[in-house]
Amino acid sequence: MDVGKFISIVISMVFINNFILSKFLGLCSFIGVSRETKPAVSMGLAVTFVTTMSSIITWLIYRYLLVPFDIAYLRTICFILVIASFVQLVEMFIRKGFPGLYKAFGIYLPLITVNCAVLGVAVLNSDMFFSDGSAAKGSFALSVTQGFFAGVGYLLAMILMSGIRERLELLDAPESLKGVPLAFIVASLMSLAFMGFSGFKF
Amino acid sequence: MKKLIEEFVKGITIENPTFALVLGLCPTLAVSSSVINAIGMGAAATFVLLGSNIIISLIRKIIPNEIRIPCFIVVIATFVTINEMMLKAYFPELNASLGIFIPLIVVNCIVLGRAEVFAAKRTVLPSIFDALGMGMGFTLALVIISTIREALGAGKIFGLVLARGFEPASVMILAPGALLTLGFLIGFVNFWHIHKKTHKEIKKVGCDGCR
Repeated sequence: MDVGKFISIVISMVFINNFILSKFLGLCSFIGVSRETKPAVSMGLAVTFVTTMSSIITWLIYRYLLVPFDIAYLRTICFILVIASFVQLVEMFIRKGFPGLYKAFGIYLPLITVNCAVLGVAVLNSDMFFSDGSAAKGSFALSVTQGFFAGVGYLLAMILMSGIRERLELLDAPESLKGVPLAFIVASLMSLAFMGFSGFKF
Repeated sequence: MKKLIEEFVKGITIENPTFALVLGLCPTLAVSSSVINAIGMGAAATFVLLGSNIIISLIRKIIPNEIRIPCFIVVIATFVTINEMMLKAYFPELNASLGIFIPLIVVNCIVLGRAEVFAAKRTVLPSIFDALGMGMGFTLALVIISTIREALGAGKIFGLVLARGFEPASVMILAPGALLTLGFLIGFVNFWHIHKKTHKEIKKVGCDGCR
């Protein structure tokens, strides 16, 4: 197993190809929930959890169900159903078992079902680590790493953005730019800053 | 008939999915780096919207209320898969440049939002017009954004060079340009609304708008 490969995935997912700021995945929730830091962090943690778990589940399904039966074209339907039911299950489990945790990020869980980042990770994994129906070497570990650090990148962008937006509330901005438009402009500047990481090569 | 046309027009104007409702942003920003891609994505999304709206309005009485969302998702995912296979077979180049965003139409809030808000409550004919209107509105928004980005970022539209000697700012076809363009466009729409005082400032945002 090649450690360099893992490091390059980590750097790429968190900085270079940050899901929000350079790939535009999960942008809706990024703009919608990043108004304050606390909910933004909860949402980021919930997304990280779900992307990790869903990379595990979708890898298993893709490898042992879709590929052997030659039905890889059913990928989209399969992945979204599995992710949706998994999220529902986790929500019920947390609500019963851990009320404190449920209060922290339970309400954001159902939102995650329709978050492009989660399905995006699953599709990206199956595109990247499977060639012509056979899994690349070590693809399971690579998939899970990619899922987890995609979530970490999301969390990072979320924390940065919510910190900035809390300050922005106090700003005397033009009436028509208040709220969403200004958030986009800030996101644009952040994405410009993140482009600086694209020189990182391994 | 007049009502049907109204359903069609509202998707383009007052309920424009991108500028008024701020839905389905991920594909909007990601594929709008050239006008060709934008039209391809708009057509793909319109196809899925049309298919899902027709089927859902037909089976709306059979679906139990509690599990309607999973049912909608299965219908939508079916059309997305059909779409994906057709693009792969007939437009491989477009498929390659849209890439991951074709399967991601499944989680596009516009499609699920229209199914939930409109198709689940109306008959087939208005649903068709609603889907066409929303699809057109989405395509139009994509074309506007991509025209600005391609013109400023590559100095071209449809691959045709606009002006010789103009040094394009390539940041506009990269990620920051997309966010900047959309930010200013929504700001402009807000400005227009405030100016006309016909609508209040749009506050509903993103995916929680659908819920």
